[in-house]
Amino acid sequence: MAAAAASLHATAAVSKSRSAAIPQVATSVRVAAASRGPGSARARGGLVVARAAAVKDEAADTNSGGHEVLMFEALREAMIEEMTLDPTVCMIGEDVGDYGGSYKVSKGLSEMFGDLRVLDTPIAENSFTGMGVGAAMKGLRPVVEGMNMGFLLLAYNQISNNCGMLHYTSGGQFKIPIVIRGPGGVGRQLGAEHSQRLESYFQSIPGLQMVACSTPYNAKGLLKAAIRSENPVVVFEHVLLYNMKEKIPDEDYICCLEEAEMVRPGSQVTILTYSRMRYHVMQAVKTLVNKGYDPEVIDIRSLKPFDLHTIGNSVKKTHRVLIVEECMRTGGIGASLRSAIIDNFWDELDAPPMCLSSQDVPTPYAAPLEDATVVQPPQIVAAIEEICR
Amino acid sequence: MAAAILRRLNPTTATRVAPLLPLARAASDSTSPLTIETSLPFFPHNVDPPSRTVATTPAELLATFRTMALMRRAEIAADSLYKAKLIRGFCHLYDGQEAVAVGMEAAITRRDAIITAYRDHCLYLARGGSLVAAFAELMGRVDGCSRGKGGSMHFYKKDAGFFGGHGIVGAQVPLGCGLAFAQRYRKEGTVTFDLYGDGAANQGQLFEALNMAALWKLPVILVCENNHYGMGTAEWRASKSAAYYTRGDYVPGLKVDGMDFLAVKQACKFAKEHVLENGPIILEMDTYRYHGHSMSDPGSTYRTRDEIAGIRQERDPIERVRKLILAHDLATAQELKDMEKEIRKEVDTAIAKAKESPMPDESELFKNVYVNDCGLESFGVDRKVVRTVLP
Repeated sequence: MAAAAASLHATAAVSKSRSAAIPQVATSVRVAAASRGPGSARARGGLVVARAAAVKDEAADTNSGGHEVLMFEALREAMIEEMTLDPTVCMIGEDVGDYGGSYKVSKGLSEMFGDLRVLDTPIAENSFTGMGVGAAMKGLRPVVEGMNMGFLLLAYNQISNNCGMLHYTSGGQFKIPIVIRGPGGVGRQLGAEHSQRLESYFQSIPGLQMVACSTPYNAKGLLKAAIRSENPVVVFEHVLLYNMKEKIPDEDYICCLEEAEMVRPGSQVTILTYSRMRYHVMQAVKTLVNKGYDPEVIDIRSLKPFDLHTIGNSVKKTHRVLIVEECMRTGGIGASLRSAIIDNFWDELDAPPMCLSSQDVPTPYAAPLEDATVVQPPQIVAAIEEICR
Repeated sequence: MAAAILRRLNPTTATRVAPLLPLARAASDSTSPLTIETSLPFFPHNVDPPSRTVATTPAELLATFRTMALMRRAEIAADSLYKAKLIRGFCHLYDGQEAVAVGMEAAITRRDAIITAYRDHCLYLARGGSLVAAFAELMGRVDGCSRGKGGSMHFYKKDAGFFGGHGIVGAQVPLGCGLAFAQRYRKEGTVTFDLYGDGAANQGQLFEALNMAALWKLPVILVCENNHYGMGTAEWRASKSAAYYTRGDYVPGLKVDGMDFLAVKQACKFAKEHVLENGPIILEMDTYRYHGHSMSDPGSTYRTRDEIAGIRQERDPIERVRKLILAHDLATAQELKDMEKEIRKEVDTAIAKAKESPMPDESELFKNVYVNDCGLESFGVDRKVVRTVLP
């Protein structure tokens, strides 16, 4: 167990893996690793993070080996690696310890790291999130899990006022390097209260960063980056994506928290999406390509702040935008994104930016109604046809 | 008249100039032990109470008098500044409750953590905070302890283990348990004093946090500063049970006379030893605030002026220490009065210095929203002003 702060950062593991990086990976995909060690930027309070432009196909194509994982295993690998590297990283949540996590993300972790570092809490979201913030103020790096993101509404005060704002209201004295993660989104008939999209509610909180992962590669990379970040980061996972399979690199890598991911380069129209809707979009893209369209698909990944660099370059190229999101129409990420695009790239647009969102209804239980709540591929196809007319 | 008599009786004070040391007496620096009984007993809940006999020294008593008088003066000065509209918004004053802050500080080290709610000015000063930084923060100036961006309810001092300064009632209690969690995680051997009021004592998150603290034996002391009024609601109107030290149920508790510096010090010392072995304890400090809840509250619509005057007469913490000092002949009444005069000057000087501090520049608006990571400053979803330094 860690003694006081003297040597919290190990240098050996990371530098070894960096030197072992296989060239094929390095050329097309810039693999990022944070530098560590007492003289590092990290110890001085900054973090040098080289960008990883994660291009899905290229990552899978490497002959360097890599290994296939499901999304929840990728998240678990991220947790294990970060907890091994840094003794101040700990996990706090319901059933994360003995039970192994309700989505198996922390399976085996409490055997590896002990039950203080993988802490099973009672059902008390408000206060264990607050405890996570307090622990972060005092120098730990907790990863707080909401068993379902929707439960974190109970912790909204702690997330907004203490987590997001303390760095500012203390004039920079305290930093809150906490990660709040958990599954959200519409699942399979889980009912209204277990199908919430909290990114809409959290997006206005100043001082908070938000990312949404969608593939095992970016899930592992984003979670690692979030843990290493000095800012509070909320990592939105999706209930239906935990069994997504993908080959990920063996070596240490992280994804840049503020960067979007180019999923499919194109020239005709920009489709901006994130999380599960990425898959609905890619399904629609198959139909669209057959019909002769050439859409560019970007997984925005960073929900707060938006990567307007990547998005802007895309808009400048295609002049048409469709946003496909799972948030509700009112006050969702899409609403903010559309507004940001209008403010910044109005002159580039040849058509009004369109946004497909979920309906403003509590998610119904019945299967056909639930399907009608979220955006489906045929609607995406129809929208693209409309925009490109 | 009295001054003339004193001059004749005590030739050393006859040609008095402003003393470099506050007091001329040798006893004032003495660290020879003094034992004093607390005037009220401790009321225990599921624990054996500490002894009523408290060890102290003349030096400590005089330093305590000085610190409490300074706090009192600072809060009164803040009252005037508020009325002069130099302090705006919310301003919650601590006068009457000084003994809690000073007694606690006397029992612990700066490596122990303290966290409290919004009545935080004196806790900040007790932790070594500067008067100038405090007044500057109250007036929203850039030299304030939070660079003018926090205000009255957001005083922090990281290097002294003072974790604020929180506006939402009760939200600091889980934070305090988190501080204690980190202390346990790192085996620091230090404790956290987690302060809240009688109003916050009914918050659910307090009981959630207490459950976890007891479950994991976190070294946290929950201190209920019971000033008997949650803004305008008296404790008997808000709580079915106002015996806050028993509300922890399975968590032991102690009721302490919060107007008695020595009782507070004894209780905090006892609590610190207790939690390091046994997990959390609740200390209920029976205290009183002379001001209303905040400067917006006259404080007289829900309690009588007689009550306020009565407490001031019978239980004022500063007067109690003054009487102790005089009874044990550690200083003369005049010396204490001179000390108070000097304190007044010190506070006035600090205010004047704080007034010289400028308002924060507009560039300060976007600082400290995020900790700078890889040179990226982001100001919101559209990053209108962006400075990226890509490696």
